[in-house]
Amino acid sequence: MSVELLNFIETVLNGLMSGIMYSLVALGFVLIFKASGVFNFAQGVFALFAALTLVGFQTGQVPFSHLINELFGTKLHHWYPAIHSFLAIILTIITMVVLAWIIERLVLKHLVNQEPIILFMATIGLAFVLEGIGDLMWGSDVKVLDVGIPSGGSEWLENATIGLAKEGSEYYGMYIDVLNVWATIIAVILVTALALFSQYTKTGRALRAVADDHQAALSVGISLRTIWVLVWAISGFIAMVAGIMWGTESGVQFSLSLIALKALPVLILGGFTSIPGAIIGGLLIGVGEKLAEIYIGGLFDIGAIENWFAYFMALIFLLFRPQGLFGDKIIERV
Amino acid sequence: MSLKKIQEIPYGKNVIELKNISLSFGGVKALTEVSFEVKRGEVFAIIGPNGAGKSSMLNVINGFYKPTSGKINFAGQERSQMEPELAAKSGIARTFQNIALFKGMSTLDNLMTGRLLKQKQNLFMQALYFGPAEKEETFHREQVEKVIDFLDLQSIRRTPVGSLPYGLQKRVELGRALAMEPEILLLDEPMAGMNVEEKQDMSRFVLTANHELKTTIVLIEHDMSVVMDISDRIVVLDYGKKIGSGKPEEIRKNKAVIDAYLGISDE
Repeated sequence: MSVELLNFIETVLNGLMSGIMYSLVALGFVLIFKASGVFNFAQGVFALFAALTLVGFQTGQVPFSHLINELFGTKLHHWYPAIHSFLAIILTIITMVVLAWIIERLVLKHLVNQEPIILFMATIGLAFVLEGIGDLMWGSDVKVLDVGIPSGGSEWLENATIGLAKEGSEYYGMYIDVLNVWATIIAVILVTALALFSQYTKTGRALRAVADDHQAALSVGISLRTIWVLVWAISGFIAMVAGIMWGTESGVQFSLSLIALKALPVLILGGFTSIPGAIIGGLLIGVGEKLAEIYIGGLFDIGAIENWFAYFMALIFLLFRPQGLFGDKIIERV
Repeated sequence: MSLKKIQEIPYGKNVIELKNISLSFGGVKALTEVSFEVKRGEVFAIIGPNGAGKSSMLNVINGFYKPTSGKINFAGQERSQMEPELAAKSGIARTFQNIALFKGMSTLDNLMTGRLLKQKQNLFMQALYFGPAEKEETFHREQVEKVIDFLDLQSIRRTPVGSLPYGLQKRVELGRALAMEPEILLLDEPMAGMNVEEKQDMSRFVLTANHELKTTIVLIEHDMSVVMDISDRIVVLDYGKKIGSGKPEEIRKNKAVIDAYLGISDE
């Protein structure tokens, strides 16, 4: 094989794997949008909040310690030494479920049947409130997140591919971050589990029913509010997985909440109402960015195309297929 | 809970009593002081010209609309409004005028949603899909198969309902309601847009449900010959007001009813 081809394969592989991360974030959006018609702007902050909480539990940080210390002159910081990541993850999941319940109680319940724009504004508010609470609870310093997922280049792949190039050419093997491989595996398991759950259990059927038709769902006795709590909790869980991946890669910092913005082009490509759309949209954006960076960037000798290319793709899509690849067709009757 | 309440009422006694129900949307009055009662085990029809408030009436019974005034006595309990969830839990199932199915789901899955309230396994067991949870799924699947047999839906079991022809969609919707094993079945124009043969099938299904399962039926229908044939009692609405009620033969002779349908008569 020629070195060019090998480089191309490497770029595509890396693109696919970073795309999986986008898919995970977009998936959280789609689930909530389908079930409650809300575009949840706070999805990115969910990921941040989950990651912060996870680190907090893991290291035994006292929540609100800065606030308490400031008010009462105490010197609280940690109340127990580090605990196992698995336990911390369980605690974080519980926190996200409680969070979903509180959101339903305080926000959604009061805004049922309002215009979508009002619900959207509410989630913007929610994003800022949650970001503030996250800051107050766990502090604003950049934290290291390590739940035991290996990271760094895969030596195995490097060794396996080094011999593939034509003899005599300078080729040092492919580089793929092991963290991304793990992210892919976890995402695949997550999506499969979700698909099986929604296909074969009664609650899964109720979820699909609510996504399809609210009125009909009510008529068979499905409680919309229970389903909303469930959906927001699942989205919170997915946000946590995304938060763990991104947090492990670049530390848990407040810019993590901006991954929500990266999910937007994914949703435009895949369609706001399609779960396969979110996954394939994420992959396309991931691959598209990386290819653009290497090949278009190389052609004109410019860099950082990666940062805006996703939005460019989204714009093109909006021109030709505004409902996305798999979204519901927009049909207007007159 | 309330399901038991319905079952305690003897056949032929009032199961739903509507007292002076009024409903308005802003300035538009959809219903004005309408009262009637439905007896357990009967086929009860609500008729009237377009815009008479028939569907609004069903929506009040089922809890989709909250009446502006009036009382609903349901299975011996008086309240000023129903809740859709409570209605479903108490054994009221319904179909809609503009079919409300889960279009992306298969016929089977649509019918299975009718069993949701009867499935008791918790989320955790469901997720494991093991032992009791699996048994429960199988049991309810068998119940749904009975409905499928009854309504002749075998060949479209796996078809997404969105792609089915109109008449079949109506039938699937009836199936979903029947899968709930309801005590009371609210049917909003179950035969609208059907040809004669389909109407006959539908009448047969409705009557069988009424005779064999003893389900109380409340239906809205425009086809007078069907209504006169299958209903035990009829209430007639016009412009949101009740203009007549009684047995089919009484309605046929009711002057106000004839006027509403055909314009003012000569006499």
